[in-house]
Amino acid sequence: MSRNLPIVAITPFPVAAAHELGDAQLRANLGRATRTIRDKRARVVAEVADWEPMRDRAAAVKDEVLDNLAELLARFEAAAVAAGATVHHATDAAHANAIVTELVKAQRAESVVKIKSMATQEIGLNEALEAAGVTPIETDLAELIVQLADDTPSHILVPAIHYNRSQIRELFARRMPGFTATSDEPAVLAGAAREYLRRTFLAAKVAVCGANFAIAETGSLVIVESEGNGRMCLTLPETLIAVVGVEKLLPRFADLGDFLRLLPRSSTGERMNPYTSIFTGVTPGDGPQRLHIVLLDNGRTQVAQDPVGRAALRCIRCSACLNVCPVYERAGGHAYGSVYPGPIGAILSPQLTGQDAGFNKTLPYASTLCGACYDVCPVKINIPEILVHLRQTGPKPAAERAAMSTLSWLMRDRRRWRAALRAARSGSAPLRLIARRHGGTLRRVPWPLSAWTAHRDAPLPAAESFRDWWRRTHESS
Amino acid sequence: MNLPELFAERAGDYRAGMHHCTEAELPAVLAGLLAGASRVVLPAGIAEPWLTGLSVPTLPDGTAPLTAGELDEAGLSVLTGCAVAIAETGTIVLDAGPGQGRRLLTLVPDHHVCVVRDEQIVADVPDMISALPDPTRPLTMISGPSATSDIELNRVEGVHGPRRLDIVCVHP
Repeated sequence: MSRNLPIVAITPFPVAAAHELGDAQLRANLGRATRTIRDKRARVVAEVADWEPMRDRAAAVKDEVLDNLAELLARFEAAAVAAGATVHHATDAAHANAIVTELVKAQRAESVVKIKSMATQEIGLNEALEAAGVTPIETDLAELIVQLADDTPSHILVPAIHYNRSQIRELFARRMPGFTATSDEPAVLAGAAREYLRRTFLAAKVAVCGANFAIAETGSLVIVESEGNGRMCLTLPETLIAVVGVEKLLPRFADLGDFLRLLPRSSTGERMNPYTSIFTGVTPGDGPQRLHIVLLDNGRTQVAQDPVGRAALRCIRCSACLNVCPVYERAGGHAYGSVYPGPIGAILSPQLTGQDAGFNKTLPYASTLCGACYDVCPVKINIPEILVHLRQTGPKPAAERAAMSTLSWLMRDRRRWRAALRAARSGSAPLRLIARRHGGTLRRVPWPLSAWTAHRDAPLPAAESFRDWWRRTHESS
Repeated sequence: MNLPELFAERAGDYRAGMHHCTEAELPAVLAGLLAGASRVVLPAGIAEPWLTGLSVPTLPDGTAPLTAGELDEAGLSVLTGCAVAIAETGTIVLDAGPGQGRRLLTLVPDHHVCVVRDEQIVADVPDMISALPDPTRPLTMISGPSATSDIELNRVEGVHGPRRLDIVCVHP
């Protein structure tokens, strides 16, 4: 089952990345998008005098949540139930999908309107609903584009960044009932989506959402958005189903003070996003009269046991780490084979599934360890540290295992090491003629070292060792 | 810069229409902003003196609650107050209290006019949280009209919420 999850890479990262790198439009769109959002973020972060202490406070609050997860979940549940919500607990994706499907069926709804939610993407809820005969309708503009194209998102924040306006117009003309516009102006296309979805919102009986934060103290859910499709889903249908990862908890309502300052600035580079909805249970006469909250584990409590890796669960899905990552900027979101792309995906997907799922063990290597992601993370997740930790604890590629065990045998004995160096020098002497053309490096060498030269050049051993040089220049007299 | 000035600048950054007046001028300013509406949706508990200059019919949300279908009528405007406003981010916060109404009232119509008094403006998000009378009421934080940047990162105002947001700042 876990092998089919949308957080399991079915292709090794280097293979998927090589494929994506061939797409010139994708690279141009991504480069422009990441640079724009990165610059906007830097400007609004620079306005905040206490940004660094705020990151520390937010990290501490999230660690407090992970330390007291069971207790805070119980407190959240009690408060939400007292306010009129029904709370469900889902151990894994299949369990969560079954709960949601049954709730939708109980309302005899043939379709549901959806707010963009990473948690529901993680469990493959849309596919599960479709299999049960229910049509899920994504209402975020970018998610709608991706859904109409039968594609997958390529960025957490701007999922359709790999499409140009003319492609979107063509797609709407083909797949959106009633679409007649001939212009591909973004305002015209957004207007068409408004018309199309307005009818859908007014008729919808059930909505499905995630949550950016869940407040243990009050049982409240917080949803941060821009377009107003979220407010439509949260306000108009009679039944609302929220799928919430257990790590979304915050202990106190007052904790929102920092998190609502950190999230929009880190995410879209705005001081505040256009709409934030905060609601607690059911309010008679206002909004949905049936609220179901599905608390999703799906590997999270397991990750929380790992003293190093657990920090990944602080993530508030802002996507700042994607926009600064030199690997993401070039390879794009699809290369990661998971709904969680970029640096955070490289530590989250393999931990949630276990590194032996599909090719998720290749994800911790999808990084240069430059550390830009750590610098921008609003909850200070030390992503490079967790990447190294996962490389150390995960299954090693065969070539690396072979090379490392040979090296460790050679290095254990000084004489053996010296002999090996001498052999390497004399053995590589004929190669020097070839290597001179490439600045003294080799482009390809045989296995197991070919694993190194597949993506980089290999330096030749020095013509003379330091000891030999010292003896020749200092001890000859 | 004092808080009302900062609020006006920041809310203006998000392309909300910004208007300034005194208490005495308020009815005339509101009448002007709402003159183009077919009807004006009014939440329960709206301040009666605000309505004295209105030249267009009203649609009060009262004992017979307005439906989403009724609110979808073309040309409707909605007039509300707010619970708190945040200067740093140019945000108005509605908590469904008197004069603010149920959440769908400020969502379905295409034009929202919101009255903010100087004394309702706080510095930043944490101050807003401590200023809320009851955080468990349904809360909506609004920073400018709805917007998307999903197509080639071009900002488009007005996707699903009101396409126009006018904020009237009432100074002493």
